[in-house]
Amino acid sequence: MVTRVLAGEQSPEQCRSSIASRRTWFRILFGAMGASIASLLYPVCRYLVPPPDESLNTSEALAATTNELKPNSGKTFRFGNKPALLVRLASGEYRSMSGVCTHLGCTVQYRPESTQIWCACHNGCYDLNGRNLSGPPPRALDIYDVHVRGQEIYVSRKQAA
Amino acid sequence: MNAAGRVQTWIDERFDVEEALQPLRDKTVPVHRHSHWYFLGGLTLFLFGVQIATGLLLLLYYRPSASEAYESVQHIMNRVQFGWLVRSIHSWSANLMVFCAFAHMFSVAFARAYRKPRELTWITGVILLFLILGFGFSGYLLPWNTRAYFATKVGTEVAGQVPVIGRAIMIFMRGGEDVTGATLTRFFGLHVVVLPAIAVAMLLSHLLLVQKFGISVPATVENEWQDRPDLRKEMKFFPNFFLRELMAWYIALAVLIALATFLPWETGTKVDPFAPAPPGIKPEWYFLAQFQTLKLIPSHILFVDGEVLGILGFGLGGALWFGLPFIEALLGMRGARLVRLGVTLALTYLAAMSVVGYVAR
Repeated sequence: MVTRVLAGEQSPEQCRSSIASRRTWFRILFGAMGASIASLLYPVCRYLVPPPDESLNTSEALAATTNELKPNSGKTFRFGNKPALLVRLASGEYRSMSGVCTHLGCTVQYRPESTQIWCACHNGCYDLNGRNLSGPPPRALDIYDVHVRGQEIYVSRKQAA
Repeated sequence: MNAAGRVQTWIDERFDVEEALQPLRDKTVPVHRHSHWYFLGGLTLFLFGVQIATGLLLLLYYRPSASEAYESVQHIMNRVQFGWLVRSIHSWSANLMVFCAFAHMFSVAFARAYRKPRELTWITGVILLFLILGFGFSGYLLPWNTRAYFATKVGTEVAGQVPVIGRAIMIFMRGGEDVTGATLTRFFGLHVVVLPAIAVAMLLSHLLLVQKFGISVPATVENEWQDRPDLRKEMKFFPNFFLRELMAWYIALAVLIALATFLPWETGTKVDPFAPAPPGIKPEWYFLAQFQTLKLIPSHILFVDGEVLGILGFGLGGALWFGLPFIEALLGMRGARLVRLGVTLALTYLAAMSVVGYVAR
């Protein structure tokens, strides 16, 4: 039997289906709105990540001039945006290594008394080849190449062999 | 019971959320032919929220010093991922917020919604508008570009023309005799700490008052409703009006993103304090009317400096604007008509001067 519906009236089934379709429509609408709002989170998350620092790629820096360092002394200089160490051994030979302690990132210094590299923060010691000798440092310091050109001493990252 | 239900019960046993929300459930919004003006206040609020969110993001990379400000804004625009989007939304949203605040204020003025008992709502609203203009003025300098530099020079010079205390105000604003890095640091502190703190307090008072007194019905509609009570209509604030307002916010967000994407905000050229002002320099559109007035005013009127007279005029205008509800009450029977005439004249003057200022060389 067919249910007759008068104009302006709804059968219970129609009423139910109309509520159901309204609900579906509501879900689609709010789902789409939610998705578009969520899509704003993507640029925000990307924005929060700082852009890469160009100075990280620095491969060479001027460390000192030849008349600057006496034998058995050291100097800290800027290599990119990190400190690095230039040491003149008692023999007059130059050595250079990263100035950032491998333990917790303090800046290390050359100690002429012990002819070692020492980190004041937690008493870490390295030898002149950058190897960690005592204290908490877990790894050796990166060693750099030293080139003397005329009066100027340049330091560069070690080329991968 | 699931975890969410348990948390809810735990909170309910300590704090009656339902009771706190009840005023919002009871809140209604009058429905009549001018109802669409009710969206403007909420829209201004939304744009203020956008300003806080994008402002916090900009703080991550911006540096407030004369030597770094311009470079840091360039860094945001060119190097930070989506930095151009965040900054452009901040600039566009600022402009839309000023526009919405003005539109909201004039709609309230024309509907005479400031009548007793809503005088305090009006006053907190006018204070908020001035705060918004303060945000615009102080924020404009932060990119440290040529336009901003001269806008600030002129703006602070204008404050310096106020009789007796003007010079002290100017030196305080600039942090010295001239606009320098000291000014930039001051404006930065004002823009990100002082103004937001005052604005949030003012905003909460404003909203609380709106909530307390309910939404005003324009005087004309109120009269009709008194004659024919069957015409009186209302809708529930939650969810009926709230969902409509949400749609308005959603559209505003779309407009903002479109503007920021297709018309990203420029960085300009870095300040050179010894370079001459570039030709055709103008303030932001919302200061154009005042700018143009000062340009047109003769240098001497009787024995007074034209500038001084203009600035006293702005001060008087501002004071009258604050006192609008009281002036109407003082004028008695003809108050409503006179105030309406005054508001119309004020709007016409501001609009006309802004257009003249925009077109003029």
